[in-house]
Amino acid sequence: MLDFEPFFLTFKLAFATTLLLFIIGTPIAHWLTFSRSKFKVLIEAFVGLPLVLPPSVLGFYLLLAFSPQNSFGKFLETYFDVRLVFTFPGLVIASVIYSLPFMVQPIQSGFRMVPETLIETAYTLGKSKFTTLIKILLPNIKGALLTGCVLSFAHTVGEFGVVLMVGGNIPSETRMISVALYDEVEAMNYHNANVYSMILLTFSFLALVSVYLVNHRMRETRLL
Amino acid sequence: MIDINISKKLFGANGELNLRFNTKILSKEFVTIYGPSGAGKTSVIRMLAGLLAPDSGDIEVEGNVWFDKEKKLNIKPQHRNIGIVFQEYSLFPNMTVRGNLEFALEKNQSKNIVDELLQLTELEQLHNKKPNLLSGGQKQRVALARVLIRKPKLLLLDEPLSALDTEMQIKLQDYILKVHHEFNLTTILVSHDLNEVIKMSKRVLVLEDGQIKKDGSPLDVLPINSLRSLITR
Repeated sequence: MLDFEPFFLTFKLAFATTLLLFIIGTPIAHWLTFSRSKFKVLIEAFVGLPLVLPPSVLGFYLLLAFSPQNSFGKFLETYFDVRLVFTFPGLVIASVIYSLPFMVQPIQSGFRMVPETLIETAYTLGKSKFTTLIKILLPNIKGALLTGCVLSFAHTVGEFGVVLMVGGNIPSETRMISVALYDEVEAMNYHNANVYSMILLTFSFLALVSVYLVNHRMRETRLL
Repeated sequence: MIDINISKKLFGANGELNLRFNTKILSKEFVTIYGPSGAGKTSVIRMLAGLLAPDSGDIEVEGNVWFDKEKKLNIKPQHRNIGIVFQEYSLFPNMTVRGNLEFALEKNQSKNIVDELLQLTELEQLHNKKPNLLSGGQKQRVALARVLIRKPKLLLLDEPLSALDTEMQIKLQDYILKVHHEFNLTTILVSHDLNEVIKMSKRVLVLEDGQIKKDGSPLDVLPINSLRSLITR
């Protein structure tokens, strides 16, 4: 009997992660594009780490940080009564960190495509940086925003290492689709494993098709 | 009156350039900055707008200090009350013609001025169109109308017409002169087109190698041979 709860959990996680990432990632991408700070390279490298690091490394350190035996985890538990190890909120935080570059980098390259004179024009028309961001920058990089959201969502759906390290394998709580798939293979239920895999494969393919489709459309209606 | 004493070291295609720009411009005057490309014309405009910081000096406009290196004062472009029109139109592609004008409105400013300016620049028919559907001349009229919304004291025009054909240039030159008078503007136009310089301004600053080489009426300061070729053409 195929269990569909991991699907529901996974999409819940991906949705929460994408929403949070959009809120956090936009200002980070804005800062990385327009700041002249010396520390920019360091932050940029930090944001990009999940691209090159084995997910299990990230998961391992997050597991240590979240664990109530260590200071950060203890602090959360004592003062806020929050435990992040093997819980859904913990998974959301881990996923946000893990998918950060997938949101930040597309938005960053979107910001770079906006001609500088558009931004300068908004300033000379008396508009603040914030107004310029909301009314000029974001509406003109819709393709990049969508790319960031779809990639972050799809990447979260496809997580394995981080999810297993931080979340474990608790049914209805942290048992994501990739973990459930691994279980089925371990138990030699190849039929179920195949169904899980097929759904993931189709989903990922459609996600990428939508990204490329939108980007081709956007390129046809050029900015200036 | 506008009192400008600024200098900046620039690095361009022709190597290093020491730009020094010291002059006084009267209120409601129309002044043209003429000179070859790479002479620093655009940098002067950008420093007046607050988009580029001079290395030293000061800028005072109608008694207000906009820039003073020694006092470490540099008023942001947002608070300088200028209008700037670039060669590349710089219209917001996500907004209609009317939206572009309305974006420039200040808080609580009446929207009546939007219709007035659409009428003045003969854009009423196009008010619902997006910029990418407009011709170059129409785009530049939108850009001009947009900077006038805030009723700026100082209008800066950085080769605004050089991407347009001659007929459209002449038409837009007339628009610019019209708004210069109607809005009591002080206008600084950057141009390398002699016809335009002669038509538009009574005073020309000839900028070469980062220095004001000549300052006077077009007939007095422009190269005589090139003027002759214009007349005989």
